[in-house]
Amino acid sequence: MKVNTMADFLARGEKPEVLFWVGCAGSFDQRAQKITKAFATILDKAGIQYAILGKEEACTGDPARRAGNEFMFQMMAYQNIQVLNGYEIKKIVTTCPHCFNTLKNEYPELGGVYDVIHHTTFLQELIEQGKIKFTDSNEWKGKSITYHDSCYLGRANDIYEAPRKVLESLDMELREMKRCKSKGLCCGAGGAQMFKEEEKGDKRINMERADEAIETKAELVASACPFCNTMMTDGIKNRTEELNTEVLDIAEIVAKAIQ
Amino acid sequence: MALIAQLAFSLITGVALFFFGKKLMNIRRNILLGKSLVMNDAPAERWKNVLILAFGQKKMFRNPLVAILHLFVYVGFVIINIELLEIIVDGIAGTHRIFKPYLGSFYDFLINSFEILAALVLIACVVFLVRRNIIRLKRFIDKDLNGWPKTDANLILIIEIVLMGCFLTMNAADVNENYILSSYLKPIFSNTSSSTLSIIEHTAWWIHILGIYAFMNYLPYSKHLHIVLAFPNAYYAPLEAKGKMHNMVSIQNEVLYAMQPELAPTTAAAPEKFGARDVMDLSWKNLMDAYSCTECGRCSTACPANSTGKLLSPRKIMMATRDRLEEVGKNIDKNAEFIADEKSLLHDYISVEELRACTTCNACVEECPVSISPLDIIIELRRSLVMEESNAPAEWNGMFSNIENNFAPWKFSPDDRDAWTKQD
Repeated sequence: MKVNTMADFLARGEKPEVLFWVGCAGSFDQRAQKITKAFATILDKAGIQYAILGKEEACTGDPARRAGNEFMFQMMAYQNIQVLNGYEIKKIVTTCPHCFNTLKNEYPELGGVYDVIHHTTFLQELIEQGKIKFTDSNEWKGKSITYHDSCYLGRANDIYEAPRKVLESLDMELREMKRCKSKGLCCGAGGAQMFKEEEKGDKRINMERADEAIETKAELVASACPFCNTMMTDGIKNRTEELNTEVLDIAEIVAKAIQ
Repeated sequence: MALIAQLAFSLITGVALFFFGKKLMNIRRNILLGKSLVMNDAPAERWKNVLILAFGQKKMFRNPLVAILHLFVYVGFVIINIELLEIIVDGIAGTHRIFKPYLGSFYDFLINSFEILAALVLIACVVFLVRRNIIRLKRFIDKDLNGWPKTDANLILIIEIVLMGCFLTMNAADVNENYILSSYLKPIFSNTSSSTLSIIEHTAWWIHILGIYAFMNYLPYSKHLHIVLAFPNAYYAPLEAKGKMHNMVSIQNEVLYAMQPELAPTTAAAPEKFGARDVMDLSWKNLMDAYSCTECGRCSTACPANSTGKLLSPRKIMMATRDRLEEVGKNIDKNAEFIADEKSLLHDYISVEELRACTTCNACVEECPVSISPLDIIIELRRSLVMEESNAPAEWNGMFSNIENNFAPWKFSPDDRDAWTKQD
């Protein structure tokens, strides 16, 4: 697909409405790339002028900072802020709650002040503004789904409703897990756990969460974070190979139902 | 005789207040061993938090049944203490129910309300004892609480029951009075002579007030200190998004000067310790958090690591911080200044394995009814581990070098970052 970079816009002397911050998972992880492409497709269909940084994007530093490596975080933040400020970026949308949290809450005091929005909120706004229209017979209608709250979207930034509203606007039947919203259970990936073996215990955290999702007997599991998606997919595969409950990002669900 | 009682009472009151005040000042000094952290912004929002979180106990209502029982104890405690004023004046002046003639029927209304509250406190404390010792809720029998903490919790409940019992007995044994609940206890004393009754009334009066003084002096050594510190802790609750971590300005500047040497000051700044190895390296808010913790365990129940059998328990993080801080405080009391004791919060009180299990999900922070952040302490200790000791699992070291060299936590070529645009 044709995706413009900030450099492309600059060469034409133009500025996009919004920068799509893809994030490392969205750029490199095969599963997350599908989410990235789904979201880019939606942006195109909704007629949003957007750009990516392309090769100029780099890790926000979130996993390094949470592991305790502040040096690494500050190095990445410095570089990214130089690039973002160089392009005079005003608005950023991202499909990763970790990037979202870092860009929105942690970059401002380092000199990077932007209007940062998570893709679920962005999608909800596009639906409300009528910029996204669903096909009359969208394939999700009436399907049961459970939404797994990402910690960095939910507790960290109090975003609980936007992803749920998107699912409801698709006439899906939302089934809540035993622990949801501010009580939602982590998928086990945050705090740089994604990048190491879990400490020893009785059970893997993603298995615990997958069991809660399976308990709802929903046909689908919705996620809003590429890391949650990986953890939930692994957990559910481990339990119900025959059921094959799919874990889909909100963007993927929307992309399939769009006109 | 009466004069001796008055003198004894006045003396005991003075001594009780003195020691309570002294211990509070000691705790204040311990808290201020923490690093400075200025939080004087947005006073309106902060007072709102005191009102909603501390007075209103908003977080408690995440479990409404327990919240209501706790509310009985809390409201009972605060309101019945108004009666303390009269007890103290009576004790010092040698009077009996000194406010009664001035307040008339309003006095009866007050005492009647106190009695109802006292009964509610009593019932709630019994239910709490049952939850801890008979139903044995998981968070109350957890290994975090082995030994003293379990006794501490039961003692608090038993003391409250005794105090409320004394209050009701004292009123029941008072031949001149008839109050709403204690009047039902009067039949117990129907065959008691008036002189014995007077002794019972006085004994109950003395046990009640001495019990309160003892309880007051017990507070600073107990988890029950939350009844004092929940209020300042709510005032200083963080106002920013929970996902935001504290910035380390020293490192921010170091990176800035490395990138733009022209900005570097000519005089080198004193080297700073990175992260926290011991309690003195934490902020005073972290230390006040430790003293505010009532060891209820809501944090650890919600913790994904703890609930799947990992070693980490956010409650234990707070208890360990308080224990170490108390130890450091005693060291200072003894030596006039802190003399290194070859111990530290990190390693000796909190292990690497515990710290490594945290997913930074903020569930513990979200649950805490008194605005404590165990996560903040975990992160500061992780910073010390990684930056001072270079102590990280091999996978994390790999992740760090990938970020440094490939600008992503995985080993992919940065040139492929936009490869997805070329896929179909």
